[in-house]
Order: sequence, then C-alpha cells, then structure tokens
Amino acid sequence: MIPSSWYLILSAVLFSMGVAGFLIKRSLVTVFMSIELMLNAVNLSFVTFAHEWHMVKGQIFVFFVMMVAAAEAAVGLAIIIAIFRTRATLNVDQIDLMKF
Amino acid sequence: MTLYLWLIPLLPLAGFLINGLLGSRLTKALVTTIALLAPLAALGVVVRAALLVWSSPASLPYVETCPLGWIHAGGLNIDFAFALDQLTLVMLLVITGVGFLIHIYSVGYMSLEEGYARYFAYLNLFLFFMTILVLAENALLMFVGWEGVGLASYLLIGFYFSRTSAANAGLKAFIVNRIGDFGFLIAIFLLLANFGSLSFSALAANIAAHPELQGGVITAIALCLLFGATGKSAQIPLYIWLPDAMEGPTPVSALIHAATMVTAGVYMIARTHFLYDRSPLALTVVAVIGAATALFAATIGLVQTDIKRVLAYSTVSQLGYMFLGCGVAAYSAAIFHLVTHAFFKALLFLAAGSVIHGLSGEQDLRKMGGLRKKLPITFWTMTAGVFAIAGFPGLSGFFSKDAILTAAFQQGSMGKALWFVGVVTALLTSFYMFRLWYLAFFGESRSDDHTHHPHESPWSMLGPLVLLAILSVVGGWMGFGEGLGRFGAFLRPVLTPANAPESSISTSLEIALLAIAVAVALTGWFIAHLFYGSRNNRAANLAAALPGPYKLMVGKYWIDELYNNTIIKPIFLFSRYILGWVVEEGIIRGSAWLLAGIVTLLGELLRRWQSGNLRSYAGWLAAGAALLLFAILSASLGASAFTLHLNWAGH
Repeated sequence: MIPSSWYLILSAVLFSMGVAGFLIKRSLVTVFMSIELMLNAVNLSFVTFAHEWHMVKGQIFVFFVMMVAAAEAAVGLAIIIAIFRTRATLNVDQIDLMKF
Repeated sequence: MTLYLWLIPLLPLAGFLINGLLGSRLTKALVTTIALLAPLAALGVVVRAALLVWSSPASLPYVETCPLGWIHAGGLNIDFAFALDQLTLVMLLVITGVGFLIHIYSVGYMSLEEGYARYFAYLNLFLFFMTILVLAENALLMFVGWEGVGLASYLLIGFYFSRTSAANAGLKAFIVNRIGDFGFLIAIFLLLANFGSLSFSALAANIAAHPELQGGVITAIALCLLFGATGKSAQIPLYIWLPDAMEGPTPVSALIHAATMVTAGVYMIARTHFLYDRSPLALTVVAVIGAATALFAATIGLVQTDIKRVLAYSTVSQLGYMFLGCGVAAYSAAIFHLVTHAFFKALLFLAAGSVIHGLSGEQDLRKMGGLRKKLPITFWTMTAGVFAIAGFPGLSGFFSKDAILTAAFQQGSMGKALWFVGVVTALLTSFYMFRLWYLAFFGESRSDDHTHHPHESPWSMLGPLVLLAILSVVGGWMGFGEGLGRFGAFLRPVLTPANAPESSISTSLEIALLAIAVAVALTGWFIAHLFYGSRNNRAANLAAALPGPYKLMVGKYWIDELYNNTIIKPIFLFSRYILGWVVEEGIIRGSAWLLAGIVTLLGELLRRWQSGNLRSYAGWLAAGAALLLFAILSASLGASAFTLHLNWAGH
C-alpha cells in the first residue's frame, strides 16, 4: 500500500511544475498546458484526501473540476486560435495590449 | 363659533400660486379677477370675524390650532396656531382693508407694465405672510411671517429688476432686515431658554405669575426684539433701507413700506408688551430710538426733492412716533397712530403715484408744479392726506399724534423732553408736507418736457384714493374721547400695561397741549407758505446762508457712507481677503487640491503594475498565494495547534 503522503507529494510536485511552466514559458500553448497540469495536480490531492478520509465528496469535486477544465480547454483553445490569427504570434510577452 | 382664521392667509396664498404659476398664460382680466378676489375674500372673512366678535367680545382671544401639530421635539412643543384678539383684529382690518384698496389701485397703476401677473402674485404673497405675522400665536410662527414679508418686500422692491438701482435696493432692504432678524432670533432663543415656550399667551401668563421678574434677562429679550423691530420698522440704526425701497412700484411703497409691513415692528412690541412692561430700561430705549428717529428722519425729509423720498422719510419719522408711543407704554396710542398712519400714508403714496402716473413717470418735485387744476381729484385727496398727517384738528393724524404726545408728556421729565422732540418733529412734518403740497400742485409748471400733458388717473386709481381720503379725514374720530374713546376701549383688554400710570393730566393742560399741537401744525404750514407759496428765492437763500446744515441734510447725514466705511467695507475686505483668499482658496481649495494630488500620484505609481504582461500577473498571483499560505501556516504552526492528520510514516 503506497502511503497517501506520496500522492500528496506527487501532487505538490506536479502543481509546482505547472506554476513554474506558467511563469517561465513564453508560448501561450505551453502556458495553457501548465494550467491543465495545475488543475490535475489539485485533482490528485482531492482524490487522495477522499480516499484517506473515506469521503466521496472529494471524488465528486474532481468530476466538477474535470468538467470545468474541459470547458476551459474549449474556450481557451478558441481564444488561442483567435489570437494567433490576429497577432500571428503566440508569445505571451507580445500579447500585452490590455494595460493602463 | 368658528371664525375660519386659516382662510385669511390661505386665500392670498391661493392667489399667489395661481397667478405666480399660471399667470403668464392667463388673460389679463382673469389675472386681475384672481388677484382682487383673494384679498377681497380675506377681507370678507376678517369682517365676518369682526362682526361676530363685536357681538360677543368675551370669546376673545380665539385660537385655532392646526391639528397636525408643527414642531414637537423632546420637551419643545410649538403649535401651528393662529390667535385672534382685539389687536390682531385691528391689524387684520387694516392689512386686508387697505391692502384690498391698494390692489384695486394697482390694477390701474400697473395696467401697462410688464410682469402684471408677477406683480399681483407678489402682492398676494405679501398679504399671505403679513396675515400670518399678525395671526401668529407664537413667536416662531410670527418669525415665519416676519421673514416672509421681508421676502415679498425684496421681490417687490426689485420688481423692475433690470434696473440696477432697483435690484440693489431690494438687496439692501433684505440684508438690513436680516441683520434685524438676527436680534429677533436671539430673542426667540432667549425666550425658549428662559420660559420654555414661545406661545404669547403662555409667556404672558408665565410672566404675570412671577411678579419678581424684573429687568435682567427680560431686558435682554426686549432689547433683542427691539433690534428686530428697528430692522423691520426702519428705525435708527437700521432705517437706511426704507428710502431706497422707493425703487419699487408706488402701490408697493404704499402697502408695504408705509401702511403695513413697516408697522410690523410696532405690532411686535405691542404684542410682547408684557415683556416691556417689566423692563423700564428697554421701554426707555424704545422711546429714545423712536423720538430720535422721528426727528432725524424729518430733518432729512425737509430737503428731499423726490416726491416718494419725502414720503419715505416721513414714514420713517411717523414710525418713530409709534415707537415713541410704545416707549411711553401708550401701546393703544401707538396702534391708533399705526391705523391712522396706514390711512393717510397709503393715501399720500397713492396720490403721489397718481401724480407720477399723470406726469408719465416724473418723480422730481422741482419739475412739478401747477397740477392743482390738471389733477383735481388727486389734488383734493392729497390735500386731505397732507392735512391729516400735519395734524389739523378733526383729522385722523391730529387725534393719534396728540394721543402719543400727551402720553409722552405724562412720563416725568424724560417724557417732557420726548414730548418736545415730538412737537418739533410735528413742526417739521407739517412743513415738509406742505412744501410737497405747494411744489407739486401750486404755482406754474416747471416741467421741461412740454410734449406730455398731465392727465388725471383712471377711476380704478381714484376710487381707492377717495375712500382713503374719507378714512383719513374721519378715521380719527374712533379714538375721540377719554382714553382714546372706542378704539382705546376696544383694545384695552389686550394692551393695558401692567403698571399703567393713572392719568394725572388736567383738562386745562390737555387743552394747552392740543393748542400747542395745532399751533405747530399751522406754523409749519405758514413757513412752507412763506418759502414755497409763491415764486421766491427764500428757500434757496436759506440754503445758501446755511450751507453746512443744508449739505448735511441733503447728504442724509452721510449715514450710508458711514455704514459703508465702518461696517460694509471692513466686512467686505475681511470676506475677500481673509475668507476668500485664505480660507476659501488657501485652506479649503488647498486641502482639496492636496488630497486630489496624493491620490493622483499614488494612482500614477500603481497603474504601472497593470503592465498587460500575463506572466507578471501570474507571478504576482503566485507570490500572493505563497504569502497567504505562509501566513496561515506560520500562524498555525506558531500556535502549535496544527497537527497533521496524515501520518508521514504511513498506516
């Protein structure tokens, strides 16, 4: 039996990787993938706690997160395509028109 | 018995609202009908009340209280209440009666003016507030009327507002009155603080129950009230607005600045006489102010050349008489003079208006003359007014002026001096009135405009003149006899001073005083006849022989200039430089500017944060989340209450 803490550590590592990818990478698609990574890291910890405390709420919550993530992926990808068509770039540092 | 007192102010208010809001869209005939119906109906209510009261005088004072209440806060209870007693009834008859006559006169006088409906709306508004003033059962409601008549006065003085002098005169009247109102307000506060009530009947009862209350705070209250009265009634030191108020239309001068509003101060002193009875000092001040104003204004009136200004100074002077009467505790005599003065001064103003109307706007006495034949009815009615104010035996001014002078004479040595001032004033009054009479109606025409021929006024103007002339001639007889006859007897229940001196004057002395009064009036006429009866240079020679006094009087003693330099200019400088620059510009605007500057600066710094760079937002977000996490964890760990439920070693 693998201890729950391992799952949690894995979750933390995945989340940190997501954050790091979000902050470091310039490609909008990679940033987007980092977000998915963070979401799924959180999903993993949800499942872990649900299993640990024998509560089904955490598992249900994961379904919600997956649903939102799917919707977010659809909208996000559409936005990415729209941006690429208008700006001909996916470098996040160049997509900075919305400021003061 | 129901007297419907609330209708008396309400009817003119309705007239004001209709003509004021809709007047410009109504026909002239309709405006006239509404404007005349309002005071006529009010007069009807007053006359009905008078008849009912006459048959059962025991029912007075009669009070009507608004059932909704007015001001109830903690221990303070002020009702919206009207009270009718003998004094109120006399005032109401004068206000609505003379007021109605002047409304009729205005129809003719204002027929060709712009703003016809506006004029009548204001006139009705004035009646509304004036009736509230006299009907008020407590000092606060009286103050409402008091302020309201000031407003109406301001609006009507500035009726020709496109003329700068008229607009300024209106402002001057309003501001000077506000200074006086300050005294009135202080008196109201003092009454509340010391007696806890503003109802006149409650105050009178309260003071009657405490015979030990003398002077002290009562003197203070009485003097504050007096200060208010000097503003409204144009007495020294606040008389300066009344002569300027002649900028308004002449019927307004007759109604507001001669017959009714300016007598509000006298009415107020008579209404609160229970205070003055307890304060000999305040009474003395009233008498001295009255006598001084009477003499002072009369001397200025001697040399005025504007027909309305002569009458304006005459009004100030006659109001001084009324104050003198109040000051010697002869309240009935003062009110009697108020009534007769309302008759003959309204008459004089209206007749002067008729002259001005006939001469197409000429007001300068030096350009009149010879109008006796051309304006016969105006001449004869004016003559009645002149003889009445000069105090010729049998006419109204004779009785009322004599009543005041006799009352003054009985007040010890001080009273003798006041009586002497009054007699000298009577001489001057007689002189300047006959001067006006001669200059306007006798001799040759001195007009330099020969294209306009003087024309007699229409009957809508002459009718009120004739009625007022009759009242001026016979109105005095109601005060004929011992203790002012019927008039005095009627007012006795409300106006008898608490410590009335026994009439100590013998019949022979009274006749001697009468003879002096008549002789003085005749002397004034005689001197005026010498100077102005025929074409001569006596007046000019006298003015040339005494250049100092003459200039002093023509310059109106430079009181306006004195006030200007000692009061207005310092206030103006203080306002402009200290209040305007230091407080307004420096402190208020400066602090606002400073606050705005700080916020702008901070905003300028903070908006740099909004870079538009996605990764910088994410960085801040991550840093914030980390900070939050650290704060929670460190707090929990610090309290060592945090025990991880998870076993690191596994199950």
